[in-house]
Amino acid sequence: MQILLAILIGAAFGFVLDRVGATNPNYIIKMLNLTDLHLMKTILAGIGVASILMFAGLSIGLVDPGHLSVKAAYGGVFLGGILLGLGFAISGYCPGTGLTAMATGRIDALVFVIGGLVGAAAYMLTYSAFAGTALLEEIAGGKSTLGPVSGTEYPALLNVMPGEWLGLLVGLAFVLIAWVLPERVDTRKRQAVPAE
Amino acid sequence: MTSWTQVPLSWKTGGLLLGLVFFAAVALVKPIGVSTQFVVLDGILWNAADPTVVTPSEEAKSGYASTNPYLDKSGGKYAAEIANPLNYSFVLVIAMMAGALISAILRGGAPNSERAMPPVWRANFGDAPWKRYVAAFGAGFLVLYGARLAGGCTSGHMMSGMMQTALSGYIFSAGAFLIAIPAALYLFRKEG
Repeated sequence: MQILLAILIGAAFGFVLDRVGATNPNYIIKMLNLTDLHLMKTILAGIGVASILMFAGLSIGLVDPGHLSVKAAYGGVFLGGILLGLGFAISGYCPGTGLTAMATGRIDALVFVIGGLVGAAAYMLTYSAFAGTALLEEIAGGKSTLGPVSGTEYPALLNVMPGEWLGLLVGLAFVLIAWVLPERVDTRKRQAVPAE
Repeated sequence: MTSWTQVPLSWKTGGLLLGLVFFAAVALVKPIGVSTQFVVLDGILWNAADPTVVTPSEEAKSGYASTNPYLDKSGGKYAAEIANPLNYSFVLVIAMMAGALISAILRGGAPNSERAMPPVWRANFGDAPWKRYVAAFGAGFLVLYGARLAGGCTSGHMMSGMMQTALSGYIFSAGAFLIAIPAALYLFRKEG
């Protein structure tokens, strides 16, 4: 059953990534150099919609809180984000879009994936150097969420209202930001080339 | 051509579909993540070359142990996935590629002129494919090294993490965009 769900959810995710333009590094790079924020609006709206549905589902008991999986916060999350951000900007690929872009026939994506396999192997071999250091030490409670979510043990950063309500508000905020964000912000580069 | 076959989809349609996929994943199983599977594939290859890397272990929580400390961590969680590749997370990533392939076939795929590099690269760095491949290899290395250090990538930290209001998701996204935007502004001055 789980394998069937993996096939269905994975295939839907890959299909949608291709349709929103995320398998095309041109759109990613033009999002990052702020010439075309279309994909940024799509991603922010996607996070917002997912958040609203998930927290609404938690509130009415449709979503099992045991399905949540919050990752730990530690210094390496920020440093790792910086390394990933640099590679993301150079190539226009991240792990998921690199794999799916490779599947659509992009050769540079295949090379990116090979580099990624080597990078992951390098981390595997150098992990001992990080283990036990302050870089991997959990901060702010570790697996923290903004508010307390019932049915979970995750520490809450704010105790002003139920985490589900806060989640709904943050989800709405993401959709709102997606809505008001302009497609283009950099006025210096006006010579747009229409997409393929 | 109807609008739903147009790529990219409007941000509203695209955002809704992307949101539905991430919601379906957490409602039915667990949040989506991708970058761990690079480690799993590496481990499968490594273990095929040297079967002593991952071995069954009664003491380990997952039932498997590894000679590599990273694969052995969290009770041998990664070691167990390497020993049994037909697990949810690995199949999900394989299926993602199949889904993208189906979409690409239906719409005609990436144009031949863009298979080696996107136009924005060509406009800034010229036509030589080797330059693009060297950069893509180095970028792939940085992205996966960074993702493993961070414990997740754009899918796991940025989308799934911020969906759940996880602090780690915000920290990761701040780090990623803090460098990605200035780097892209610096590297890609011509629009292409």
